[in-house]
Amino acid sequence: MGVSLYQVQKLLFDVNRDRQARARFLDERERLMTDYELTADERRAILETDFHTLYQMGVHSLLLVPLAATLGLSFPDYLAILRGTKP
Amino acid sequence: MSLVGAFAASHAPGITGRPGLPPPADSEPVFRAYAELRARLEAARPDVLVVVSPEHWANFFLDHMPSFCIGIGDEFWGPTDEEFVKIPRRRVPGHVRLARALAAGIAEDVDLSSSQELAFDHGVMVPLHLLGTTLPVIPIIVNCLAGLPAPLHRCHALGIALRRTVDRWPERVAILGTGGLSHWPAMPESGRIGLDFDRRFLDAFIGGRIDTFLRYPREALEAEAGPGGHEIRTWITVAAAAGDARGSLLAYQPVPAWSTGCAVAALEPR
Repeated sequence: MGVSLYQVQKLLFDVNRDRQARARFLDERERLMTDYELTADERRAILETDFHTLYQMGVHSLLLVPLAATLGLSFPDYLAILRGTKP
Repeated sequence: MSLVGAFAASHAPGITGRPGLPPPADSEPVFRAYAELRARLEAARPDVLVVVSPEHWANFFLDHMPSFCIGIGDEFWGPTDEEFVKIPRRRVPGHVRLARALAAGIAEDVDLSSSQELAFDHGVMVPLHLLGTTLPVIPIIVNCLAGLPAPLHRCHALGIALRRTVDRWPERVAILGTGGLSHWPAMPESGRIGLDFDRRFLDAFIGGRIDTFLRYPREALEAEAGPGGHEIRTWITVAAAAGDARGSLLAYQPVPAWSTGCAVAALEPR
């Protein structure tokens, strides 16, 4: 596992667990992202909450699904995005 | 006293988060079995409940992922993933004196870490919610997730070491393992169920033959039961704590909409 994937997973871990990090994710996502060493592809995927790409990168699914629920995405829709059957 | 109850059950977040998504023919056996488990837990009259649950990124990350961590605290809180499991956050009382005794007793044989600040995710909160219990809880969090999960036979050793301390303790103690069985959690393969694996594992679990699974190869486990299959670790710890006793299966129901082969079982500790 590359160090970079570690950082994007760390961001998601923090956002899922910490109320302040979650608020910053919702209100000032770009500033929050500067606290982590992310590649350009990771930055774009986090900015757009592109679950399909994040999963393809190797992010653990149990870091993605709580965030999907926080954003109001239904579980069937979340799965469809991961499967590439829904944009 | 000795161990007054030994139970294990799936903790699929969908049970509380998406209760109406599966057809009733799938979901009702699970709800009925949890109701039966609740009755059995109450009949056992425990003073405290040890909950052996997998980690799901609620407490630990890849900077430090312990194999086993016991919660030594006056209280805990959960669920961390409240939007996902749709259970209101609440405080859960702990039991510091027994937790300390268990930590010291287990450490005689099995290395473990301890924490005074554990948070509970669906692994603990879904079962507590369905069992409607307000008992003090001692959590033992098991890495079934990432990094270096303990080999299955070490999870058995954990249960044996735990039981030795329980047998010397004056209060009534019950143990609940949560997780599994086969699942590919929140992944594109979600909904796939390893029926054959689940049935073989349950036969061993309630038949007092958990020893037949202690050297199960990691690759076979993942292929047959998915990444979520690693959660059989908590069931193995319960079986060992119960003295590899026989028991009864209260339900086994594959529920694709909850992504899990859902099982609920009770052993007769000996």
